[in-house]
Amino acid sequence: MGAFNDVITLVYLAAATCFVVGLHLMNAPPTANHGNRLSAAGMLVAVAATLALIAHDGTISTTGWLMLTLGGVIGSGVGLYLARSVQMTAMPQLVSLFNAVGGGAAALVAIADFIRLAGIFHAPTIAARTSVTSVLDVVIGAVTLSGSVVAAGKLQGFIPSQPIVVPGARVANLVLALALCAGTGYILSGANSDPTLIGIAVVSLVMGVIMVLPIGGADMPVVISLLNAFTGTAVAMAGFVINSVGLIIAGALVGASGSILTKLMADAMNRSILNIVAGGFGTGDQASAIGSGVTGQVRSIGADDVAIQLAYAQKVIIVPGYGLAAAHAQHVVKELADLLEKRGVEVSYAIHPVAGRMPGHMNVLLAEAEVPYQQLKTMEEINPEFPRADVALVIGANDVTNPAARRPGNAVSGMPILDVDKAKSIIVIKRSMGHGYAGIDNELYTDPKTGMFFADAQVGLRAITAAVKTLVGVD
Amino acid sequence: MNTSLVTDVTIFVLSLLVGFEVISKVPQTLHTPLMSAANSIHGVVIVGAFLIASTAHDDVGYTLAFIAAVFAGMNVVGGYTVTDRMLKMFQRRPAAVSKEATDEGGRP
Repeated sequence: MGAFNDVITLVYLAAATCFVVGLHLMNAPPTANHGNRLSAAGMLVAVAATLALIAHDGTISTTGWLMLTLGGVIGSGVGLYLARSVQMTAMPQLVSLFNAVGGGAAALVAIADFIRLAGIFHAPTIAARTSVTSVLDVVIGAVTLSGSVVAAGKLQGFIPSQPIVVPGARVANLVLALALCAGTGYILSGANSDPTLIGIAVVSLVMGVIMVLPIGGADMPVVISLLNAFTGTAVAMAGFVINSVGLIIAGALVGASGSILTKLMADAMNRSILNIVAGGFGTGDQASAIGSGVTGQVRSIGADDVAIQLAYAQKVIIVPGYGLAAAHAQHVVKELADLLEKRGVEVSYAIHPVAGRMPGHMNVLLAEAEVPYQQLKTMEEINPEFPRADVALVIGANDVTNPAARRPGNAVSGMPILDVDKAKSIIVIKRSMGHGYAGIDNELYTDPKTGMFFADAQVGLRAITAAVKTLVGVD
Repeated sequence: MNTSLVTDVTIFVLSLLVGFEVISKVPQTLHTPLMSAANSIHGVVIVGAFLIASTAHDDVGYTLAFIAAVFAGMNVVGGYTVTDRMLKMFQRRPAAVSKEATDEGGRP
């Protein structure tokens, strides 16, 4: 028995190694797919080892096998269907949903284990290591479950993406936190009380909802990363509870990745994680007052003018924002870029770290349209190139191009931006003069160098592409 | 505090450090697939779901194990599949580039 368990533990270690090496391979696009495959192989090995262990122990009942198989098959089927059918624009929702179920499963593991132990030992004998990690697992897992569902709902549009400020939320949070502390204290004092643990789970679920509701749509990249880190931590805690090294290692890896991405995203918005979670960005009070200070003339231009500028440029930088993805215009932009490249125009894409609704989302959307990843430039790479660009074509991006960010005293102050205003000429494709999430006027639009082309991203790009074709005589 | 807990905490902390080290090298271009891959890795909780199924002996235990298995199965299979789908988009890039490069060079 001992030797068998040792073998299983070693197999788990091998699986964990696959996860680490798999993630390591993801640092370059050409090897990334091998990394994912390796990681999946590790997962398969871990699952097989677990099944072998369960069969070897022989404690499982027939119903247990049935539940395990049935649950696994149903879940896999749903997961497979979602993964195959999801549109790339909806990736953030899906990742959020997987965070939710991962966190939920981790919480359930702790609850089931706790109930089992409490059932066996009627005297208070659950070891502190198990009860502490169980409570942590349940709290983090449940917050992730409900928080991710709310986040996915906001991204999908089931729940308004504006920050929803519930009056008295702060008081409610305080009360819930106190209730959590009381429940935790009660369990740690040695009471093996199932209802208390369930109560903790319910309170945590409510807290997850209250935590995500007040966060606005533009902050979603941070929220999703944070919830990803939470799920990882919950899984690691589940590993402590059921004493599984595999779960601890894998959970810690995910916790680390989520934390790094959360930090990167928050930095890219020049805001602290606490500030984002506290919510209220774009609720508007201070923002609208500053915005009214800008009163410049806006120059509106048409598709033909845009086409002339683009066709005779030497260097064009395309600045895609979420508006591009929302209009499903990735493929049209690629067509326009190809057309320009055939004329010898140098085309590159400036990707702001928070473009899209999750870290790196815009890159995936453009990759789907078969834009070569070598043309996708990060903010640090592209900013020095703007002064050399003849035309900067801004499509559906707003706050991340606002030069006001360089000045203190407004809603976007200090946020790292793309230096679009340094280009020789700027074209903005936008449906209206509406505000971005920060709720302030974009000074770029009133810049004398800027031409505004008012259109839906997809319609506008089609018109421009057609105009370029007519202009240069390509059909 | 027993030895096994100390060992587990050690493993946890070291894994965190490994994670930070490995992941900080991933370029921004791949952040979404990275997050999705990490997402599938936390699907390893399916191991936990199976283990609680193996010790369950009443209706409550079975129900919890079943829901946990559904959740984890969805997480792990969906996660890997969608990551694979995304990464394939990044893989066909070099071919597209070389084709365009040839086009460019082919013109007088």
